[in-house]
Amino acid sequence: MRSGERDFSRNPLRLDGMDKILGRTPYLDDLHLRDPDLLFAATVRTTLPGGVLEGIDFGGGTDWSDMTVVTARDIPGTNAVRLLENDQPVLVEREFRHAGEAAVLLAHPDRRRLRKALLQVRLAERPAGVPVFTIEAALQGQAETIPGNTYTEYRLEKSGPRQETGHPDTVIAVEVETPSQEQLYIEPQGMVARLAPDGVVRVEGSMQCPYYVLDALVQCLGLPASRIQVVQTATGGGFGGKEDFPSVIACHAALLALRAGGRPVRLVLDRAEDLRVTPKRHPSRSRVRLAATPEGRLQSVAFDFDLDGGAYRTLSPVVLSRGVIHAPGPYRCPDVRVTGRAVFTSHPPFGAFRGFGAPQSIFAMEVAMDRLASRLEMDPAEFRRKNLLCPGDTGPTGDIAGEDTHARKALDVALERSGYARRRTEHEAWNRAGGPTRRGIGLATFCHGAGFTGNGETHLASRVTLAATAEGKVELLVSNTEIGQGAATTLVQVAAEALGIPMDLVVFGPVDTARVPNSGPTVASRTCMVVGKLLEKAARRFLEQLPPAGGKGNAPGRPDFQEACRKLHALGGAGEVTETYAAPPGPAWDEKTFQGRAYASYAWAAYVAEVEVDLVTFETRILHFTAVQEIGHAVNPQIALGQIEGGIVQGIGWALLENVVWNGSGVMANDRLATYIIPTSADIDGIDVILLEEGQGAGPRGAKGIGELPMDGPAPAIANAVRHALGVDVDRLPLTPEYLHARLAEQQEVHSWLSK
Amino acid sequence: MTEWRRPRHLREALELLGESPDRYRIVAGGTDVMVERHLHPENAPAGWLDISGLSELRGIARLETGELRVGAMTPLSAVREDAAVRESWPLLAASAAVTGAPAIQNRATLGGNICNASPAADNPPVLLAYGAEIEIASAGGVRRIPYSAFHAGYRRTVLGQGEMVTGLWLKPVPRGSRQYFRKVGTRAAQAITKVGLAAVVPFGPDGTVRGARFGFSSVAETPCLARTTAAALEGRSPLAVPSGEIGALLEQDIAPISDLRSTGAYRRQVAARLVREALQAGHFQ
Ligand SMILES: Cc1cc2nc3c(=O)[nH]c(=O)nc-3n(C[C@H](O)[C@H](O)[C@H](O)COP(=O)(O)OP(=O)(O)OC[C@H]3O[C@@H](n4cnc5c(N)ncnc54)[C@H](O)[C@@H]3O)c2cc1C
Repeated sequence: MRSGERDFSRNPLRLDGMDKILGRTPYLDDLHLRDPDLLFAATVRTTLPGGVLEGIDFGGGTDWSDMTVVTARDIPGTNAVRLLENDQPVLVEREFRHAGEAAVLLAHPDRRRLRKALLQVRLAERPAGVPVFTIEAALQGQAETIPGNTYTEYRLEKSGPRQETGHPDTVIAVEVETPSQEQLYIEPQGMVARLAPDGVVRVEGSMQCPYYVLDALVQCLGLPASRIQVVQTATGGGFGGKEDFPSVIACHAALLALRAGGRPVRLVLDRAEDLRVTPKRHPSRSRVRLAATPEGRLQSVAFDFDLDGGAYRTLSPVVLSRGVIHAPGPYRCPDVRVTGRAVFTSHPPFGAFRGFGAPQSIFAMEVAMDRLASRLEMDPAEFRRKNLLCPGDTGPTGDIAGEDTHARKALDVALERSGYARRRTEHEAWNRAGGPTRRGIGLATFCHGAGFTGNGETHLASRVTLAATAEGKVELLVSNTEIGQGAATTLVQVAAEALGIPMDLVVFGPVDTARVPNSGPTVASRTCMVVGKLLEKAARRFLEQLPPAGGKGNAPGRPDFQEACRKLHALGGAGEVTETYAAPPGPAWDEKTFQGRAYASYAWAAYVAEVEVDLVTFETRILHFTAVQEIGHAVNPQIALGQIEGGIVQGIGWALLENVVWNGSGVMANDRLATYIIPTSADIDGIDVILLEEGQGAGPRGAKGIGELPMDGPAPAIANAVRHALGVDVDRLPLTPEYLHARLAEQQEVHSWLSK
Repeated sequence: MTEWRRPRHLREALELLGESPDRYRIVAGGTDVMVERHLHPENAPAGWLDISGLSELRGIARLETGELRVGAMTPLSAVREDAAVRESWPLLAASAAVTGAPAIQNRATLGGNICNASPAADNPPVLLAYGAEIEIASAGGVRRIPYSAFHAGYRRTVLGQGEMVTGLWLKPVPRGSRQYFRKVGTRAAQAITKVGLAAVVPFGPDGTVRGARFGFSSVAETPCLARTTAAALEGRSPLAVPSGEIGALLEQDIAPISDLRSTGAYRRQVAARLVREALQAGHFQ
């Protein structure tokens, strides 16, 4: 399957597609507006980058009698957002670590009154300590907020026999930085909470992980899980941004609802507030030292990988671990040492974003690979080809690459499809002609592990349920969310295929914790692969359970199948089939040494970017983009292409345009879409996607995760192309015209252009 | 409740403005004022004066003198499509076409783009380069002044109390002039300008520059003409001017700053390169 091809048998229309296109899908912001009891909510936040809250002054300029107010003192349970560690308060009580932390919550039926009241509240903040805003400053440890200002340190070490050549190795050292990036889901974060007459706290909203929200509410409200219900509403994008933060505002909305006697409370962030306070991609700094034999065999990778975790721990350790594991790339190398650190800074905490640490380390490695290729005077493609993992090789985590290792195939297809060698020659000729632009072609080869890292899936022990309905259909009950990525359609397709029935006999159940089992969060490219596989297994057992109907044996027709389902439904809960995850056989994962099997499956990719840099304005344009991705099996190739094309656009944004600018308090200063620049369709030319399907992944019919690779590859491919075009090394993103201008101005020889 | 007035005749509108000049805020297409109202609701005026019903402010007319009058209320999509504009003032069609995106151009007016007085607006450089005149009306009458005298400072204009802009006037461009427009934005579309240049470069019979005009956006606190640079080029062959000299001349004409969108150094450098490009190969000739 390639871009532009359509095959409707494999590509049924998305179940949610028509309603979304026609604007009929209700999002959280559309709900409850006619409810006369509804209260609107707003948040008073700290302004200093760390300090002590010494008091709260509710100004006299407003009538407080009918205002619902919540502070830390009103929290019935634990004042901590439940995640890996309880270090982040739900509401600031005294100490706080960054500007933008929630301290007071307000709710009122009249939005104007609410806005007025919001301006009346004054927080008495006393600064404490010196804020740190960079990885460097944090590690120098001038002001330690946590020991060594380091949340987590990980080490991956592999040593094996080196190749003895009798010649000294060629060595390069590279230091690069990558910036934060905003997920920019179309729908900002929001929740509505209420207390139902039966005493259940019901929270609904835009989210990726309903059970994370549930767990957070249990801890904060001090209520048993049976008294909490979390419902996902149609979600306008997540990209990781709705992994952990929904837990924070769900607690806020629920606290207000409890305080307001159970009236529904609607807390929806506006765009600017969302940009300022919600978690974004971790900024990173990488120091990479590579050595290779004169023939171009990689001999050692020494990699220091540091992430800016922001002011609380949140998900940083897990983001770091993925970044560390992906750092050495899909290459064969006897000696690999990666040290990863996630450090404290005074920024709002960074969080999950498509790729989850891997784009940062892959960027550094791939930029380093091109520099080493130049030093070796080898073509970057040839150099990579020599070193890509093949079946039987030992990978960086000491795991033996199996038959499902397709790094070379991805590269070969990409080189052929993009006309790499010819285009490279053409661009070099173009540049020699000395016109007003320079052109270049660049490459990235990489892999991405799908599902939770290491033993994560085993710990999660996900469960899925298939239930027969009164209408004679099969209902699919999972806690995984449709967030625009097509998961609902894909999972229904998987189940229908495994049940041998048409898709319209399968219903994607409401994502409501009162109904669905915990099949884990919607993250880490795990939904189709892990949850889809569980559904495939459940489907088999469901068919076995199905009572005979119409007497037609094991290939029932549609009416028979429906009749059988109705019978099964009559049995109630007894007729449901639940499947629980069990780890596949394979080497164990050692979290201390980072050795073993890190992921159930890797997807393999080679991306090629062609760019043109305008020498008048230093603007970079993508001339053409080729993405080859081995994904095992595409359940719905159209959805897979959409994921990859969309992800590449997000990757191009990170590479060329997107720049989070910090204000003096460490908060995003460009908090508007007029100043935080993402690509438009006019910025993107042809993206040629080629799916390779070798059918050996851990998912249904050999499928693997696909959604994060398109975030990994574009930035290094583009940076390498820009380097090819201009002949200058780049050491950070985004490659804005301002940066390239400054970089070129530094270069002596290029000065001649400037003064020509 | 905020008052909303939508008069049908210019006289009526001018009388309203004349009677209580502080009361009303003019709203044309609303694409600037409505964004501002959302960001700063506290600054909302007591009343809005909607000028979209004033036929006197609409339309593009070419007079027998060869002059063109563009009504202040003309939407940029009409400016972009107009045959006379495209033929004889192509830079204006070009700047209208890159102001926001089509949906914005359907509402945004030329008058609003100027009166909003943003240094980053896309159409002012073109009006400066063409040496346009601006038509201003009040209950007391109508005056016409050079557009280059319209901007008085950062987001300030010379519009007095009770005055509004009713139209813009363009004179024919000397034959054989080189015309150039380039917007350097933060991305390919729907972008705010980091540096913009519109240039009209007429030539004498000997091929030397005669009366060039360079209108810039986003390099000073107002849209501005590079007068020193233009004067220094007078009578010279365009190719004989080295970039370094252009850069030095521009220092006297522009004062770019660093902000969320770009850096002063970049703007300065690119401004010089755009002038150079305009002299070498105008996009429209
Ligand atoms: C998404 C978006 C993208 C945009 N992109 C661009 C862009 O790329 N380039 C660009 O230059 N601009 C851009 N703009 C800004 C805006 O669209 C333009 O400035 C537009 O031309 C303003 O015209 P308007 O009719 O909408 O003005 P309004 O918003 O109605 O008015 C603007 C100001 O001018 C005053 N005013 C209007 N008409 C008159 C008059 N006749 N006499 C006196 N005062 C008057 C108003 O009181 C107000 O102060 C963008 C705006 C948006 C929302």
